[in-house]
Amino acid sequence: MAKKKMQGAEIVIEALKEQGVTEIFGYPGGAVLPLYDAIFNQNAIRHILVRQEGGAVHAAEGYARSTGKVGVVLVTSGPGATNAVTGLTDALMDSIPIVCLTGQVPTHLIGNDAFQECDTTGITRPCTKHNYLVKDVNDLAAVVHEAFHVARSGRPGPVVIDLPKDVVMALGNYQEAGTAAAEKYSPRVKGDQSAITEAVRLLGQAKKPIIYAGGGVINSGPKASKLLGDLVKLTGAPCTLTLMGLGAYPASDKQFVGMLGMHGTYEANLAMHDCDVMLCVGARFDDRITGRLDAFSPGSKKIHIDIDPSSINKNVPVDVPIVGDVGSVLADMVRKWKAAKPKQDKAALKKWWGQIDQWRARKCLAFEQKGEIIKPQHAIRRLFELTQGRETFITTEVGQHQMWAAQYYNFDKPNHWMTSGGLGTMGYGLPAAMGVQIAHPDALVVDIAGEASTLMNIQEMSSIAQYRLPVKIFILNNEYMGMVRQWQELLHGGRYSESYMESLPDFVKLAESFHAAGLRATKASELDDVIKEMIAIDGPVIADIAIDKAENCFPMIPSGAAHNEMLLGPNDKANKPISEEGMVLV
Amino acid sequence: MSEPSKEVNRHTIAVLVDNEPGVLARVIGLFSGRGYNIESLTVAETDHAAGLSRITIVTTGTPMIIEQIKAQLGRLVPVHKVADLTLDGPYVERELALVKVVGKGEKRVESLRIADTFRARAVDSSNNSFVFEIVGAASKIDAFIELMQPLGLTEVSRTGAAAISRGNKPI
Repeated sequence: MAKKKMQGAEIVIEALKEQGVTEIFGYPGGAVLPLYDAIFNQNAIRHILVRQEGGAVHAAEGYARSTGKVGVVLVTSGPGATNAVTGLTDALMDSIPIVCLTGQVPTHLIGNDAFQECDTTGITRPCTKHNYLVKDVNDLAAVVHEAFHVARSGRPGPVVIDLPKDVVMALGNYQEAGTAAAEKYSPRVKGDQSAITEAVRLLGQAKKPIIYAGGGVINSGPKASKLLGDLVKLTGAPCTLTLMGLGAYPASDKQFVGMLGMHGTYEANLAMHDCDVMLCVGARFDDRITGRLDAFSPGSKKIHIDIDPSSINKNVPVDVPIVGDVGSVLADMVRKWKAAKPKQDKAALKKWWGQIDQWRARKCLAFEQKGEIIKPQHAIRRLFELTQGRETFITTEVGQHQMWAAQYYNFDKPNHWMTSGGLGTMGYGLPAAMGVQIAHPDALVVDIAGEASTLMNIQEMSSIAQYRLPVKIFILNNEYMGMVRQWQELLHGGRYSESYMESLPDFVKLAESFHAAGLRATKASELDDVIKEMIAIDGPVIADIAIDKAENCFPMIPSGAAHNEMLLGPNDKANKPISEEGMVLV
Repeated sequence: MSEPSKEVNRHTIAVLVDNEPGVLARVIGLFSGRGYNIESLTVAETDHAAGLSRITIVTTGTPMIIEQIKAQLGRLVPVHKVADLTLDGPYVERELALVKVVGKGEKRVESLRIADTFRARAVDSSNNSFVFEIVGAASKIDAFIELMQPLGLTEVSRTGAAAISRGNKPI
């Protein structure tokens, strides 16, 4: 029996439904009108209208990161697609599964510089995991199915499907998702067993082990976080997490030594430097983590679990590479450890923890809240304490507030922390919070923001109002691009070139104009009440927290320095000038 | 782990890809975007029924860079196989060049003589020019071109390398 032909746009929607899509973030335009018509004619998929396409991708990222599902975006041709580029790059850097449908001019006009035409597949090729230009309506369904498979399999990432208008208007056949996509693209999931055995042996013999885990654990699913916890307990090793990995291991546990890297804790970075066996789980030895490469953990044997073979030996040569899904490999490691019952050198481990406790005793994250000027660390700490006991998701923008959030807001569960790590996209947090709230309507979603970053995607306040999303924007307002100012202070003699935020809006009035509540705290004594009120208000809130303008993020590994050359506070900085090589680094 | 070698070597890499639009752009974009070298790149469909093309890339880099190049190529969705012919064992590498030499008299005779020693064929001739076709390893073609230089060399067209492993096993 011949199947009834469907219009291309209906085929796309049908394929999205089959992939389990219930929400998409988008913005209409000429080239995608048939798709919007198809959306109008159904109820299974809810469309969230953003105010700029960049916001749609970040919202989908927040949605994906907090649910483990693929985030879906729909934008028009030309400027719709180019506005999505930053978000796509962000998703690529942080391995977030996204499918982005872009409109395109009809096939016969492609290459003619038509109105709202751009070479979308050309522009997005380096900033997506893969992309497609569909030229035949009968390929549509299969391409959509394959795109979802590619986006979520292996190392997740963004996938673009470019849809010429004539293709989505033509009649064609629907094709159900089969096994074709998996046959075409099937990254290795199971790790090499002999390498896993060797990893267990090395860890079992370690006198000074450390487990360093990242966003790959989150991407592998909650089970991977649980297995990571099991392995940390079995080995008795300290565990440190990257910015992207926060929540993969409970921050409240005593074996957690804090985040590592440029603004990581003293104990985490020194333990990385001095360890004898390092197990890297789903992280990629990024430059924010390693500091100066030739001085990175010089005496250790390194084991690296990653699903992406290109992450192995990219920056740091490792002794035992294991290509595979973190969850699968950790399950094998836990099983092999239990079977082998390695005889550990308990005395050495005790000594190692004694050393770690000494580093901990430096209390690198200590701060003093004196007087009425609000310290940003205090503001985050109070936000953390006052949001305990409820389901809370935190997103951030990029800069000092992001680092303070990572340092002072403790995450015990995966998928509750959404931040732009790799690309460092200011303006990520507000739309991401919108996406998180769409996925978790009853949860508390807070965007910890800076006043500069917030303004980069402030237009999404309008979408937040439209969908009555009770998102809280918690602005640490120091009237500076704080991290830029900090680097200018450390590297450029305090010449604060263009980093002062002149003519800021009145955030309370701004909130009100977007149908949200606006709150403000300028004194430490007002902070708790503002936070409590912000949480209590059943609707969107912008809380403008005026913080100490001169505060810097510490501890800090200055650029070009090694893990054991950390600056612990403002008084530390005179010790060593930053090297010329360091100045060049970002 | 011991310090990795910093020695830069030349590698010939064979890549089997789906013959689809944009696949070459993906490969080239990968090399330019990540700052890898391309000494030569050859591409053509090799299996029409399966829709496969073979790209032969000659590149240079330290062992760590070469490993990265292969891993990065391997994770492109339309890439089926990446083989490092240089590492995997003996292989045959050939390049074809067409070389135009313009000249008269003794120079013209000399160019023919050299072509003969190199087993290059004259595939076109006019009363003051030859087009030679020469096949061989890149170094042989380099040597031939150098010898033609004083004899009226005016134009060269080279294909880049095609390569295949020796013995009975495919890549």
